[in-house]
Amino acid sequence: MRRPFYRSGPLVGVACLGLFIVLPFIGLHLPWVLPGTLDIVNSTGTLEVLALCFMFAGIAVGYDMMFGYTGLMSLGPVLYFAVGTYVFDIALTHWEWPLFPSLLLTFGVSLVLAVVLGAIALRVHGIAFAMVTLAFAQAFYFLVESNPHNLTGGDTGLSLSYNRLPAFLSGAVSNTRNLYWIALAFLVVAYLIVWLVTESVTGHVFVAVRENELRLDVLGVRPFRFKMVSFVVSSLIATGGGIVYILVIGTAVPSVVASTTVTLSILIMVVLGGAGTRWGAVIGAMVYVYLQQYLDKVGAEPSFTRLPAVLRVPLSEPQFLLGAIFVLFVFFAPGGIAGLVVRRRIQRASAATLLSVFKKS
Amino acid sequence: MNIFLVLTFSGVALGAIYFLAASGLSLIYGLMDVLNFAHGLFMTLGAYAGFEIATRLPSSFGAPTLVILAIVGATLMGALAAGVTELILIRPLYGKPISQILITIGLDLAVVGLLMGGFGSTALQIPVPLWLIEPTHIGGLYLPNASFLAIGAGVIVLVGLELFLALTRYGIIIRAGVENREMVRALGIDVGRAFTLVFVIGGAMAGLAGILYTIVFSGDLVSPNQGDSLLIFAFIVVVIGGLGSIRGSAVAALVVGLLQQYTTFYIGGHSGWAQIGDLSTVLLLAVVLEWRPRGLFGRVA
Repeated sequence: MRRPFYRSGPLVGVACLGLFIVLPFIGLHLPWVLPGTLDIVNSTGTLEVLALCFMFAGIAVGYDMMFGYTGLMSLGPVLYFAVGTYVFDIALTHWEWPLFPSLLLTFGVSLVLAVVLGAIALRVHGIAFAMVTLAFAQAFYFLVESNPHNLTGGDTGLSLSYNRLPAFLSGAVSNTRNLYWIALAFLVVAYLIVWLVTESVTGHVFVAVRENELRLDVLGVRPFRFKMVSFVVSSLIATGGGIVYILVIGTAVPSVVASTTVTLSILIMVVLGGAGTRWGAVIGAMVYVYLQQYLDKVGAEPSFTRLPAVLRVPLSEPQFLLGAIFVLFVFFAPGGIAGLVVRRRIQRASAATLLSVFKKS
Repeated sequence: MNIFLVLTFSGVALGAIYFLAASGLSLIYGLMDVLNFAHGLFMTLGAYAGFEIATRLPSSFGAPTLVILAIVGATLMGALAAGVTELILIRPLYGKPISQILITIGLDLAVVGLLMGGFGSTALQIPVPLWLIEPTHIGGLYLPNASFLAIGAGVIVLVGLELFLALTRYGIIIRAGVENREMVRALGIDVGRAFTLVFVIGGAMAGLAGILYTIVFSGDLVSPNQGDSLLIFAFIVVVIGGLGSIRGSAVAALVVGLLQQYTTFYIGGHSGWAQIGDLSTVLLLAVVLEWRPRGLFGRVA
C-alpha cells in the first residue's frame, strides 16, 4: 500500500537533513552535476555554495510565512538581511564586541527597525505596502553607501574581523565545514520557527488575513497585530540569515548585500518553489542558488564561445535565464515546484482510487 | 540666492522626469491594479534605443537632429515595449494581480540581463550637441539647457495627458475605469483596449523619461540598471501623490525633485551625508504616510 503523500514529506525532509549533516565527510566526485571546480562534494567551494543555499533557504521560508501565508508582499526583506550583516559586522570589527553581545545587538536593532518601519508600512495595503517596504530598504542601501562615520566602508564594503570570534568560527579554510553546519542549523531553526508559527492558531489567522482581511475585522479580530507578528518574525529570520552570510563570506558589499536584487531573488525563490508551502521555499532557494552558480560557470565554458552571438549572449547571462525561467513558471506553473509535485501526487492518488473502485465492482 | 534659484531650476527638471516616470505607473495601477516593475525596463530600453539611434545614424544628420530623433525613438521604443508586454504577458493574467507583478519582475530581470550581455554592464556615452551641455545666461543665472528640455517635455506631457483624459472618448473611459472598472465593463465598454492604451501611453512616457534622464542628469550615459534605480523614486512619487492620480504624481514629483536637489546641495556636502538627497525622499514618504496614508491626492476608499 502506498503511503499517503502528506505523510511522506517529513520523512524525506529528515533524510535530506541527515545526508546534509554528514555531507562534509563524503568526498564524492560529481563532474556533471556540479560545475567546474566545485565537482568534489566536500570541497571548500562546494560547502560554501551549499552554506549559501541553506542561508537563502532559511530566509525564503521566513519570507514565505509573510508572503505565502499572510499575503503580505514586502519588497524589503533585504533591509533586515543587510541589518544582520552590517550591524553584526560593525559590532565585531569596529567596536570589537564579543560574539554574544554582538548577536544580541544585531537582533535588537532588527527588532526595533521591524516594529517601527512595519508600523508605518502596514498603514497601507497591497501594492502600496510593497512600494513602501521597497523604499525603506532602498533608504538603508543609501545609508550604507554613504558610509556614515566610516562605519560601513561605503562602496568597497566592510570585511569581518575574526579577532573576537571563537577559534572554530574564524575565516580559516579548515573552518568552512563548521560554517556549513551553522548555515544548516540556521535553516533548521528557521524552518522550525515557521512551522510552529504557521501550524498554531496565530498561523491560521495569518491565512485568514491573506484570504479576507475585512471579514476578520468584522469578526472583531484586529488584522494589524497579526500582520505585525508575521512581518517581525520574518524580518528577524532574515537578520539571522544576514549574520550567517557575513560569517560564511566574510565581507559585506552594498551592491551584493543591501540592493533590491537580494529582495527579488528571495521573492523568486519562494514563488519558484511554491508560495505558502514552507518546503517549497526551501527547494526554490536551493534550486535558485544552484542554478545561479551553475549557469555562471557554464556560461564561461570554452565550448560556449564558439556559438553564434545570438545564442551565446543570452545563454551566458544567468540573470536572463533565471528571469526567463521565472516568467515561464509564473505563466505555466503558478504553484511553483511544490504545486507541480502535489498536482502529480493528487493525479496519481485519484488514479489509484479509481482503479480500486473498478476492482471492487 | 543665485544658487538657490539654480537648484530650484534643476529640482523642477528632476521633478519633470520623475513625473514622466511616475504618472504612467500611477495610471496603470489606477486602472488595472498592476504594479508594473517592468516600468524601469521601459525607461532603460528607451535610453538604449536613443543610444542606438544617436550612434548608428550617419553624423551628417547633424547633432541636433540626431538628439531629437533619439528622443522620439526612445518614446516609441517605450510605447512598443509596453504594448507588447501588455498583450503577451499581462493580458492572460487578468484577475491575478500578484502573478502580474511577478511577471513584470521576471521580464525586467531577463531583459536587463540581455542588455548586460549585449551591450556590456559598463555605461555607454550618447553623443549630444554642444548647446545641450552649455548653460543659458538669464538674469545673472546660468541655467543648463538640458534642464529646459526636461521641463518642457514634462509640461507638454502633463497638459497633453490632462487634455486627453478630459476631452477624448478613451480618456473618459480611462478615468471612469480608474474610478470603477466593473461599472465601465457592465456598461458594455471594452476596458481591455483601454488597458493596452494605458500601457502604451505609460511606456511612451517611461521611454521619454529614460532618455531625458540620461541627457539631463547622468552625463549622457546609458547603463542597464539606470531604469531600475529611477523606478524606486518613481514608486516613492506615486505613493506620495496617491495611487491613480495624475495631478498627485505631478505635485509629488515636483516636491520630491526639489527636496532631493536642496538636501543634496545643502547637507550632502558634509562627509558621511553624501546620500542625504536620496534618503530624504524616503523620509518624506514616511512622513506623508503617517499623515495621509492614501497620499496627497489619494481617493478615500
